[in-house]
Amino acid sequence: MILGPALFFMFACIALALVLNLIRLFTAPTLTDRILVLDTMTVNAIALVVLYGISSGSALYLEAAVLLALTSFVGTIAYCKYLLRGSIIE
Amino acid sequence: MLKRLFPHPYLTMTLVVLWFLLVNHWKIGSLVMATLLATAIPLISSAWWPDRAMVKRPLSLATYTVLVLWDVIVANFQVARIVLFMPRDKIRSNWITIPLDLHSPEAISLLAGTITMTPGTLTADMSACGRALLVHALHAPDPAAVRDDIKTRYESRLKRIFE
Amino acid sequence: MTAMLSVGFELFLSAILVGGGVFALIGSYGLLRLPRPMQRLHAPTKATTVGVGAALVVSAFDLLPQGQISWQELLIVLFLLLTAPISALFLAKTLILRGEADPNLPDPGTGTPWATLAQERSDP
Repeated sequence: MILGPALFFMFACIALALVLNLIRLFTAPTLTDRILVLDTMTVNAIALVVLYGISSGSALYLEAAVLLALTSFVGTIAYCKYLLRGSIIE
Repeated sequence: MLKRLFPHPYLTMTLVVLWFLLVNHWKIGSLVMATLLATAIPLISSAWWPDRAMVKRPLSLATYTVLVLWDVIVANFQVARIVLFMPRDKIRSNWITIPLDLHSPEAISLLAGTITMTPGTLTADMSACGRALLVHALHAPDPAAVRDDIKTRYESRLKRIFE
Repeated sequence: MTAMLSVGFELFLSAILVGGGVFALIGSYGLLRLPRPMQRLHAPTKATTVGVGAALVVSAFDLLPQGQISWQELLIVLFLLLTAPISALFLAKTLILRGEADPNLPDPGTGTPWATLAQERSDP
């Protein structure tokens, strides 16, 4: 009974967090900040997917969350590697 | 023979558990698949894992994990307080050098991860010879105290577990 | 008795959800508020990870009164806990190399420079 409102509250929090991230994405002073913001946004998106999975009662959304977690990590490392070394695969 | 088939027993066990977590149900078919994968992956990738991770005391590793998880939660309240209530110009960020007593690469990477996940500190770099860590502290008026805290709280425990 | 128990359990899960939401929000707010690039690294690595962790814990246990636990969430939590420090380390190295971190790094005290500054850049 109370889980519904709590879920709604967290949906709102994550949505607001994503908006804040977007603002930062456009106003970020450095390139590295943008990578950090993208990383944070994907982590927030994972939270959103998991929450939707809870509210719909389906376990399928977890697979999407696993995939997002994997790809966002690889993506962040690839961006950083490119800035650090000038190439991704050496 | 057994050693040739399972060059990395820890890795094999981890892979079996990971496969079960991934498929998310307990059936005999999954066990077969998990065993196949957990045998094949260490065999194929063993060229990149020449050394074995040596865990001297697995039990202390478990208590260490619990300690770190607890500290992660405490860390969040501290960071939240700094982010929300501390005026921007009052935040005293500092670089801290931590000379390492640890030698095994696994222990050092575990220590670096622990530092990043716990109160207001973040591992930023390592010296070229691998004997010191560069740590950034979000709010540390007294860098020496933070260094001593990390060395006594985490590094000494890791040294007991791995060396 | 069982109904009481499940109501208490639901309250507990709701508290975790609310706390996680607040932490995720704080992580993103810190990203916006903290003035220096190195400081901004702190907020998302810790707070946002715990926020997602809270959502995953609730997802794992929300069917516990019916006797079901989902273990897949544990995998995601473990993965996020393992990768957050690595992403943060790479971002910090990038900041140091590009000179966007606070200058005046301390001396390593080992006679060798910090690894990021010691490497020569390979040609792109």
